[in-house]
Amino acid sequence: MCGIVGLFLKDKSLEPRLGAMLTDMLITMTDRGPDSAGIAIYGDKAASSAKLTVQSDTPDMDFVDLSETVQAFVNGPVSLTRRDTHAVLNVPAGTAEGVCAHLRSVAPSVRVMSFGDTLEIYKEVGLPGDVAARFDIASMSGTHGIGHTRMATESAVTTLGAHPFNTGADQCLVHNGSLSNHNALRRRLRSQNVHIETMNDSEVAAAYITWKMNNGATLGEALEKSLDDLDGFFNFVVGTKDGFGVVRDPIACKPAVMAETDQYVAFGSEYRALVNLPGIDAARVWEPEPATVYFWSHGETKTPTKRAA
Amino acid sequence: MQTYDLEANGLRDLNAALHAQNTETNQTRWEVINPRGSHAIAVGIDAPIEVNVMGSTGYYCAGMNKLATVHVHGSAGPGVAENMISGTVMIDGDASQYAGATGHGGTLVIKGNASSRCGISMKGIDIVVHGNVGHMSAFMGQSGNLVVCGDAGDALGDSLYEARLFVRGSVKSLGADCVEKEMRPEHIEVLRDLLARGECDAKPEEFKRYGSARQLYSFKIDNAY
Repeated sequence: MCGIVGLFLKDKSLEPRLGAMLTDMLITMTDRGPDSAGIAIYGDKAASSAKLTVQSDTPDMDFVDLSETVQAFVNGPVSLTRRDTHAVLNVPAGTAEGVCAHLRSVAPSVRVMSFGDTLEIYKEVGLPGDVAARFDIASMSGTHGIGHTRMATESAVTTLGAHPFNTGADQCLVHNGSLSNHNALRRRLRSQNVHIETMNDSEVAAAYITWKMNNGATLGEALEKSLDDLDGFFNFVVGTKDGFGVVRDPIACKPAVMAETDQYVAFGSEYRALVNLPGIDAARVWEPEPATVYFWSHGETKTPTKRAA
Repeated sequence: MQTYDLEANGLRDLNAALHAQNTETNQTRWEVINPRGSHAIAVGIDAPIEVNVMGSTGYYCAGMNKLATVHVHGSAGPGVAENMISGTVMIDGDASQYAGATGHGGTLVIKGNASSRCGISMKGIDIVVHGNVGHMSAFMGQSGNLVVCGDAGDALGDSLYEARLFVRGSVKSLGADCVEKEMRPEHIEVLRDLLARGECDAKPEEFKRYGSARQLYSFKIDNAY
């Protein structure tokens, strides 16, 4: 199984409640996947800086002098805000990607969960309610966010096997389903020098989309190509700095339901995840079509494109 | 009328109360409030009662229904009326995938759209969809009727046995061994009755009929053991 929730806000007045709404949605999906949970939040952009979310199994040790280590590397102001096993590092604009690579060599026990201007990813092993409470997700504000609760089928239950996966600056992906060609695809991507950490199938999907976009594809194009190159079952929900996208494989046996009002666009694996949203009784509720890319973006209109199944 | 608040009192007590009804019951009208997308609402009823579910439901609503009329005043999640035996299930909104799957009898009416695999492996159920159906609908349908007032998706009626399919709109593609068939007067009469039961004012003359060409392996007597 696995459960996915997503919320893209159109109404700015709801932004302070984003974390609370997403947490509530994700908790209703607990029985779809009790192994691990994660949330990606697109929050405030700090002026002239970028941010990394990092994780450690031994945060008391690793986070003590982490900001000094990074500061020495970037030669600019760095601040660290810890939340349980995670911490958000604010670094000078344009340095985030370099810091990711640097941390891999100097602090291997610190894992980068995400990097970008606004994205923060928090994920751990455990029930959605417990994970969300550890990071106090409910207190977070933002423009859009994605949550996932995992029932592992393809690889181990670990923090790095949890979703969302960071797929590039301010990009993330969650997956419900199972891919059957992920081993071959992982080898192909690694031969192109794409960094893949785990044996997890969803991480391969995330890496594939990153690789496509690094080679010039837009997110929409990368998602469309995924319908050709990924074999298996998938519902993907992806986030970008200002947008939110959904695609289902042509068989579409993994459940998905969406709701849209003037205030938001919401995704849930089941309708149960949406019932507490404001105005849901009057919302347009529908099931996304198979093999169709849906995308919503702040400032643009939605652009679903239909592909032959 | 019996009113049951699902949120306050839980699913098991609801279904236990519905299972306790029999053909002599006086509690013939039930209303379930606050369904909020819950799973397995009104599953396994075996009594001629009417159950109105006042909102949208999750997985497997009204599964294995016998004799009862279950009316969902909202949309239904995956597997609504799965393996229905008899009675009527009415959905005011849309139905998710595999609505009416493996149904043996009774009538399933969906006033909105049904998504993929509607009527998969149907065994005698009659399904009337006012809107469209998704891909692989009536896959391996053995008996019964599927009426689609809108359009059908890819691979309609793939590997069909003897189920009859009526579609008013377009069919994106037919599945293996499914062909369009002549609409004879007896089919118009069957369809007229189905549309009336489905509370649908479409005219039977506007529909095309599809069925099995009976050319697959399973139809060849030489392949019998």
